[in-house]
Amino acid sequence: MATINTASGVPGVVIEIGGLPVRLRVSDPEFIALLQERYAGFVTTTSEPRFEFDIDLQPPDIDYVDQEVEVLYDGGQWSFARGDFYAEWNPAAGHGRIRQTANPYSIDSVMRILHTLLLARESGFLLHASSASADGRAVLFAGVSGAGKTTMARLAPPSVTLLTDEVSYVRRLPDGYFAYGTPFVGELNTPGENLRVPVGVLYLLKQGPVNQIETVPEQVAIRALLQSILFFARDPELVRLVFETATEFVRQVRVRQLTFLPDARVWEMVLQDSAPRH
Amino acid sequence: MEAASQKRYVARSTQIAARAVGGEMMIMSAKDSTLFTLNEVATAIWEAADGSTPLDQIVDQKVCAAFEVAPSVAMSDAEDLVAELSNHGLLLVSDRPISSTGGPAKETP
Repeated sequence: MATINTASGVPGVVIEIGGLPVRLRVSDPEFIALLQERYAGFVTTTSEPRFEFDIDLQPPDIDYVDQEVEVLYDGGQWSFARGDFYAEWNPAAGHGRIRQTANPYSIDSVMRILHTLLLARESGFLLHASSASADGRAVLFAGVSGAGKTTMARLAPPSVTLLTDEVSYVRRLPDGYFAYGTPFVGELNTPGENLRVPVGVLYLLKQGPVNQIETVPEQVAIRALLQSILFFARDPELVRLVFETATEFVRQVRVRQLTFLPDARVWEMVLQDSAPRH
Repeated sequence: MEAASQKRYVARSTQIAARAVGGEMMIMSAKDSTLFTLNEVATAIWEAADGSTPLDQIVDQKVCAAFEVAPSVAMSDAEDLVAELSNHGLLLVSDRPISSTGGPAKETP
């Protein structure tokens, strides 16, 4: 596994999600091993990460994961805080610090928050959605808790490659919107494949008595998309960017409502519906 | 003649993101991410809220002239809308013209 000794002498692991490499430096070899295991498939050997974070591990006497996340920007520096972690990040300096106990959930939350901030400036977003690569196109399944995101991932046929069962990663590149695989796991506890796939269709999930795919008005699609985007910062400029990104995404990408029975036949319909149209 | 002090001026906040979609206006508060969708009438008022046109003139020119509605009803509905949007910080309201920076416009010497 790729453990890199940095200039400071502290070992580090570079984790690349969505094409954005971030080095995490920590002196505890057990935590290094935990990072390598949790983010297997997303660990790279690049010597030029975009950002670096030093992790200070704390004694395991704090455990308030149910507290609300607070993400603030002040004086050129972001701070992310919850009961179980505190992080600071200076984007201009490319450096940050994370204080947390040696558990995988805190670093996972910090990574998610970091990527929401990075993506906001790159016309992208993290989405409460499962996603998969089907015939070279990404299909995304968004919905509230219980709508069927995990079910769609679980029912996926062998020809489909899972990108995530929990948090989809969308970035806008010069040639369109792309979905990336993520290591952020949900109920399936299975990380996605580290792939980049052009986005085909976003399905808004709704369980019902029949399998059915319908078009949705643009306003409904924007509203549903905004409700599913992960974003924690109370920052007017970034909120505005996320709104612009969501409205632009809906203009450029097909968004459909998928009412479905929880059985495998729904995938036949999805594969047919999401096939490229010429 | 109505006294100048009774005029009310409304201006769109700069702390929002907005886009017209399908004839309606979607507005997100940049402060708390609350999302609003305005119908056609409310959109007409929103788009005319330039800080320098009094609300009664907006209602007269943009609502009564374009939609079949009694002036008193239109004004009452507009007042409700302005109250709602200003409560969420989307509209600024003043008894004097509002400058583009959000404060009262300076009087011409």
